[in-house]
Amino acid sequence: MTTQRTSGRRKQAAAAAAVVAALLTTAACGGGGNDDKGSKAGAPGYDAANNKVAQASLAKKGGTLKFAGAQDADSWDTTRGYYGFMWNFSRYYSRQLVTSKTAPGQDGTTLTPDLAGGLAKISDDGKTYTYTLRDGITWEDGKPITSKDVKYGIERVWAQDVLSGGPVYLKDVLDPKGEYAGPYKDKSADKLGLKAIQTPDDKTIVFKLPTANSDFEEMLALTSASPVRQDKDTKSKYGLKPFSSGPYKFDSYNPGKDLTLVRNTEWKQASDPVRKAYPDKITVKFFSNANDMDARLIAGDYDLDLNQTGMSPQGRTTALKKYKANLDNPVSGYIRYAVFPQSVKPFDNIECRKAVIYGADHVSLQNARGGPVAGGDIGTNMLPPAVPGAEGQKYDPYELAGANKNGNAAKAKEALKACGQPNGFKTTIAVRNNKPSEVATAQSLQASLKKVGITADIDQYDGSQTAGIIGSPSNVKKKNYGIIVMGWGPDFPSVQGYGLPLWNSKYILQSGNNNYALIKDKSIDGLFDKYTTTLDDSGKTDIAKQINRKVMEGGYYLPFVFEKFINWRGSNLANVYTTDAYSGMYDFVNLGLKNAK
Amino acid sequence: MTELSKTGAAVGEPTGTSPAPTSFLEVRDLRVHFPTDDGLVKSVDGLSFQLEKGQTLGIVGESGSGKSVTSLGIMGLHTAGQYGKRKARISGEIWLDGTELLTADPDHVRKLRGRNMAMIFQDPLSALHPYYTIGQQIVEAYRVHHDVDKKTARRRAVEMLDRVGIPQPDKRVDSYPHEFSGGMRQRAMIAMSLVNNPELLIADEPTTALDVTVQAQILDLIRDLQKEFGSAVVIITHDLGVVAELADNILVMYGGRCIERGPAEKVFYEPRHPYTWGLLGSMPRLDREQQDRLIPVKGSPPSLINVPSGCAFHPRCPYADLPKDNATRTVRPELELTEAGSRHWAACHLTTEQRERIWTEEIAPKL
Amino acid sequence: MLAYLIRRLFAAVVMLVVIVMVVFGIFFLVPKWAGVDIATSFVGKQADPAAVEAVRQKLGLAEPIYVQVWEFFKGIFVGRTYAGGGDVTQCAAPCFGYSFRSEQAIWPVLTDRFPVTLSLALGAAVLWLLFGVAAGVLSALKRGTLWDRGAMLVALAGVSLPIYFTGLLSLAVFSYGLGWLDAEYVPFSDGIGTWFGGMILPWVTLAFLYAAMYARITRATMMEILGEDYIRTARAKGLREGVVIRKHAMRSTMTPLLTMLGMDLGALIGGAILTETTFSLPGLGQAVLNAIKNQDLPIILGVTLITSVAVLIANLVVDVLYAVIDPRVRLT
Repeated sequence: MTTQRTSGRRKQAAAAAAVVAALLTTAACGGGGNDDKGSKAGAPGYDAANNKVAQASLAKKGGTLKFAGAQDADSWDTTRGYYGFMWNFSRYYSRQLVTSKTAPGQDGTTLTPDLAGGLAKISDDGKTYTYTLRDGITWEDGKPITSKDVKYGIERVWAQDVLSGGPVYLKDVLDPKGEYAGPYKDKSADKLGLKAIQTPDDKTIVFKLPTANSDFEEMLALTSASPVRQDKDTKSKYGLKPFSSGPYKFDSYNPGKDLTLVRNTEWKQASDPVRKAYPDKITVKFFSNANDMDARLIAGDYDLDLNQTGMSPQGRTTALKKYKANLDNPVSGYIRYAVFPQSVKPFDNIECRKAVIYGADHVSLQNARGGPVAGGDIGTNMLPPAVPGAEGQKYDPYELAGANKNGNAAKAKEALKACGQPNGFKTTIAVRNNKPSEVATAQSLQASLKKVGITADIDQYDGSQTAGIIGSPSNVKKKNYGIIVMGWGPDFPSVQGYGLPLWNSKYILQSGNNNYALIKDKSIDGLFDKYTTTLDDSGKTDIAKQINRKVMEGGYYLPFVFEKFINWRGSNLANVYTTDAYSGMYDFVNLGLKNAK
Repeated sequence: MTELSKTGAAVGEPTGTSPAPTSFLEVRDLRVHFPTDDGLVKSVDGLSFQLEKGQTLGIVGESGSGKSVTSLGIMGLHTAGQYGKRKARISGEIWLDGTELLTADPDHVRKLRGRNMAMIFQDPLSALHPYYTIGQQIVEAYRVHHDVDKKTARRRAVEMLDRVGIPQPDKRVDSYPHEFSGGMRQRAMIAMSLVNNPELLIADEPTTALDVTVQAQILDLIRDLQKEFGSAVVIITHDLGVVAELADNILVMYGGRCIERGPAEKVFYEPRHPYTWGLLGSMPRLDREQQDRLIPVKGSPPSLINVPSGCAFHPRCPYADLPKDNATRTVRPELELTEAGSRHWAACHLTTEQRERIWTEEIAPKL
Repeated sequence: MLAYLIRRLFAAVVMLVVIVMVVFGIFFLVPKWAGVDIATSFVGKQADPAAVEAVRQKLGLAEPIYVQVWEFFKGIFVGRTYAGGGDVTQCAAPCFGYSFRSEQAIWPVLTDRFPVTLSLALGAAVLWLLFGVAAGVLSALKRGTLWDRGAMLVALAGVSLPIYFTGLLSLAVFSYGLGWLDAEYVPFSDGIGTWFGGMILPWVTLAFLYAAMYARITRATMMEILGEDYIRTARAKGLREGVVIRKHAMRSTMTPLLTMLGMDLGALIGGAILTETTFSLPGLGQAVLNAIKNQDLPIILGVTLITSVAVLIANLVVDVLYAVIDPRVRLT
């Protein structure tokens, strides 16, 4: 009786979904016919803004730019946000010493001066960075932004007990021993006790690194390096109304409901070489129903998706069929993969890891992610395309996109024999229960492994508890998680900004661990050390390549895809382009509207 | 003048679409059929009788014999209470004080209900609305037919409660039915029925739900009230004892038809139908000690969908084999006078002599 | 009566304490049994153990549960002071704490979102009572007819179709397709017309489900009541059929409906999660769903408390009304 009812329900739900999908397809035909070539004043065409600027000249001053989002930011506090879209969006109301260039594609990853008059003057030993602030930079109340405000903003990273959640690169690099207690426990009168940063005058700021780090300037471009004025610091509540240094300021914010930014009238275009500040107003409305949100994007009620993670399957189907000219298909910078914890037998043996890599059907995995368009190209190594040193599919040591793309049972069995498990073995695949496509990849993997004699159970764990469940090596071992399905994107476009927490043995933590494979390879650790002291770009690129090769040769990872996604570009958007600085998202800060009503 | 009918209509009286009869209440060839999934239920199938003002008619029978359906039919409550497709099919004639009710305007019949004809039900607890006070319900019954204000109606209610013997009526008028005892509830029910001085009162098993001592009180009350108001009364019961003292005439029903009727003393002391004998035998008698000689009617009541052929009583009748030619199983017996001028009718294949003999020799001594 | 109310209120308070303890228990004990450290989900990607510990302290997760429950209740009545890492916050009574995620105070969140949910629940209730009860009564009176069969078929559909389906369907047709209505919550104070217009689709969608249930219950109850002896008595009095239905049958039919309405309204005031999610209405249901996803205990607690209070009040009101309607029921 019970089972009958369940299956009945399931059928009902499936039927319901199918009908609604059909409805969405047929009902949303009010947007005006577009083909994928586009038109001059309407949508510029399929992929027109992917790595290139579309319709820059059509951007007009004024109007309201309307975002729709399915998820609110983790925090709008510049110190605490970690979501990619939050960093992207934060440029509306916060400035940094340096920031990513407002340019499409790979160009976007180069740094350009923002509050600072120029890029850093770096001492020869790579340990001292000096900036001079430009003139005319102001807070939303008209007071000038000083070097002390920048220092205070950076110091907030130390207050992890109050301001948890954001990246801590600056803290690790400037104060590796953790000597500074943070501004809230700072005994000095001006709360500027961090010794590694000096502010000889209001215009000058000097960073003194204990050890050099060649990515340090990248870290200063992070949102967490934004200035914060001490008298406006509301501490844990700062994310509810950050004090603006950029062209827009918070007008109203109801978490999970809506957010409105209005022009910061004290901001001066002349003081800002980066931001164009086209619209008068920026609004965000949060939706709890992704299908509804996509339908409203298509209908033109909103201009773009705040989260920039791709459309829902239904919306995508409709849009690809009818509104292709409004779509871009960028590479997200994420790699989706499976990783093998070495603490779980028999994955301590590289041959058993290789058996899984060879045994997997990579085309099936790609399809589980959504196919070549919505999912991405088959991943062949572990360095994302936007990171300097990436080789894409050109580096394919296991021929995952080549000869072995449908799985190579013979090679897998050979590896099993070498591993001492000729008859295969049993293991468990751990996968987040709130990511349907990850569950789909786990099922695909399970099916293809069965053919080579590896029996894998799938354990769908609570996705909101990721850090506590798979981030705890002892728990992973206890639960026998031999295969973990995950994904990762770079915090900033460098091998350090991507791979340091994944591959460096120093980043193996008892909880919140991200080095799931428990890689303890001295040569990899050494390469990361060497990378931090290598200042020239070609040297850095070379080391990135070497690290990638070491990781792949270790057989710790089975990459699925170099992720791509389908992104909606509203017909009213102008000066729109994707940037590798923010994982293939549109560069929010310089979006304009064609019709500025 | 038509040929003399044998369907039970009084001999010499007109039937069909004939002019209005002289009796106060006259039922002619009443049929009440209910369509169901299993077939047509013929609850009443050709019943006729008359009743005069001031007279009491007792209708007696087992449950399912059609006696309650008859009373509801007279009240017009089959059609009023029917929703949806499955409506009762009613034919025949019911004349009340010169008006034929089945063909009359339903709204006119509604206006007669409660005013000209009223009804007392078996279980006063379920027949009274649990959410309204006794007073409210009596007031409502009064004000449907009388254009008076609530105060007047309430005075009338108190007066009626007093009349039916409820102590402290001005207080009890505001009580709810569940706050009354069973006997008190039935008194209240009677008060409600009589509030409009109806000319016809139908009491459907008025004492069945009550204990024995209260039964007698209620019957006394009905009798007193009848005398006072001069109404015609129909008492419906499965218990011959109830009507023995009260009724002027008795009508015995079986399987939706009348099988014996006549003056009470005739039916009671000279019954001429085996079923009536059975009823008398199963009647508990307080004045007799030998309860073990109680003779119930064997078997169960007949199906109203497939009524037994011939005499509907034949499967249960101990004398079914006496008439010749298997007549009890093939021919339906008609009501016939037991003797000329007796006003006593019975429908039985046994000869008058056979019945007289069986009654005096076999049945009467055992009672 | 007064003694009854006092006793009920006392029971309600005990109930609320138990509910809060259960929520705390689920929040803390279940992850513990599963071997999960909640604090790790509140720090960034490469947080060191000290940071995790600091967050644990700040969120009060390190205290024993009974202390946390005590502090929680104390906060509601006398306010509370949060201090940690040099960040001192005074939270005035009624203090339900701060969101673990967005750091906003819970009480304003609840008072901000409550009108949305209330609008949704009450508006839908009016609709489903009107249409559900009317359809049920008509069906009972016309039982077996085409009308009855049709109405009951629609009701069956209403009961079995999930809200996310009917909701999306109504959006697809009336909002994206015909463009007549948008589902969007606009505060009552911003104009009754816009408020009304924005709520129509959610109301109808939610009411459809409930109207279907109410129609079925009404029909069944009505048919049962119409067979009661006292209805026959009412007719025997010579009352018009309309009066019989309205005054005698309907009043009895109301009692089971009232019980249902009390329960349903109570539960819906805690948030019509599916409806609010489907139409992106920023009500309590949406808030608690997000809070569960984000492990945001204070919001879960706040909404749970509101829901519980609503259900308890609804229960009490139903019981009192029951006694008003049915004189046989005594409040003792």
